[in-house]
Amino acid sequence: MEIFQKLSFLIENISLLADWRYIVMWVIGGVLIYLAIKHEMEPTLLLPLGFGTILANIPLSGAIGEHGPLQTLFNAGISNELFPLILFIGIGAMIDFGPLLSNPKLMIFGAAAQFGIFFTFCVASMFFEDFDAASIGIIGAADGPTAIVVSQKLNSNFTGAIMVAAYSYMALVPIIQPPVIKLLTTKKERLIRMPYSPKSVSKLTKILFPIVITVIAGIVAPESVALIGFLMFGNLIRECGVLNSLSDTAQNVLANLITIFLGLTIACQMQAEKFLKLETLLILGLGLFAFIFDTAFGVVFAKFINLFLKKGSKINPMIGAAGISAFPMSGRVVHKMGLEEDPQNFLLMHSIGVNVSGQIASVIAGGLILNFFMK
Amino acid sequence: MFQNFNPLNFIQNLDILAVGMLSIFLVIGVVIIVTVLLNKIFKDKK
Repeated sequence: MEIFQKLSFLIENISLLADWRYIVMWVIGGVLIYLAIKHEMEPTLLLPLGFGTILANIPLSGAIGEHGPLQTLFNAGISNELFPLILFIGIGAMIDFGPLLSNPKLMIFGAAAQFGIFFTFCVASMFFEDFDAASIGIIGAADGPTAIVVSQKLNSNFTGAIMVAAYSYMALVPIIQPPVIKLLTTKKERLIRMPYSPKSVSKLTKILFPIVITVIAGIVAPESVALIGFLMFGNLIRECGVLNSLSDTAQNVLANLITIFLGLTIACQMQAEKFLKLETLLILGLGLFAFIFDTAFGVVFAKFINLFLKKGSKINPMIGAAGISAFPMSGRVVHKMGLEEDPQNFLLMHSIGVNVSGQIASVIAGGLILNFFMK
Repeated sequence: MFQNFNPLNFIQNLDILAVGMLSIFLVIGVVIIVTVLLNKIFKDKK
């Protein structure tokens, strides 16, 4: 009889599974793992996120809670924005600003493609408080670290759903962008060729660029100076030419390590009781809306610019869509679409140039949002 | 959430959209000018 009493805790734990929400969260975790492995969608993020979701949704899970390791990691690296900022060093070290520096005019498309952030904010403000709406709008930055930093600094009530939406949609860029681009362009426009004639960029320019951008962005939006500063510090390590070993570490070991922690830690925000709400569905919908409008405005803006360009020097409007950050997926999507229309149309260098400008513009947009709403 | 649904907020916040986009174009405009200047001043001599 005593044995049965001691075994009763097993039955108690199993009975907790009667709460269907745990099962739903396991399924969500399973889908994320499936997408990561089967479709290779951002596997470095979706796999830890998927597994972490299951880990956080075991009834009475010891992984979460006040002293659980996931909560400890969250407190150590997300609530103070440390992990996303460190990840930015790695991202900065991965980015080659060469194509952008050789054709700086492309940066204008990075600015245009931030439209979705502000437009989504307006739409979200019909349902949420302004600071939550602004945090939801920043999903359109298509940049996980920026989304985390902004939502944390604004003390959003929906940080978990915002992080999940930001990272999931980044993985889904190859699915989201092509139909929007096709809808807004004609076949003739998609066939426009853009010859690539790179101008040489001096080493000194490549070294000064990250420093100057940090100063400009820091003056305009001081709240975002850590974001842009860490990104540009990573790039400076890459371009200075004397820290190849550090650059290699930042691009690989550091970025991978932080990515593992980030994915697992974000998952601790995906506890059933916090995540399975109507608001979460609405946030996921608004995040998709932001990505679509970023893409659409980038393309429309490129078409607008074409009105003023002579025949023969027109821009392929598809490259406007690459301004949504999501580096380098968005640049590759545009390049691939160009090749599908014409196997001799190589848009990669232009689209990657626009893509890295989107990375800079999205961080500046994050800083502006913080300036508007951090009071 | 839906109890607080207020379509007027959309109209009221359009000024944030305008100011935000204008600011971002201005900042990126400055960045473009600075980059062009950097390219001109520190031209590769090879």
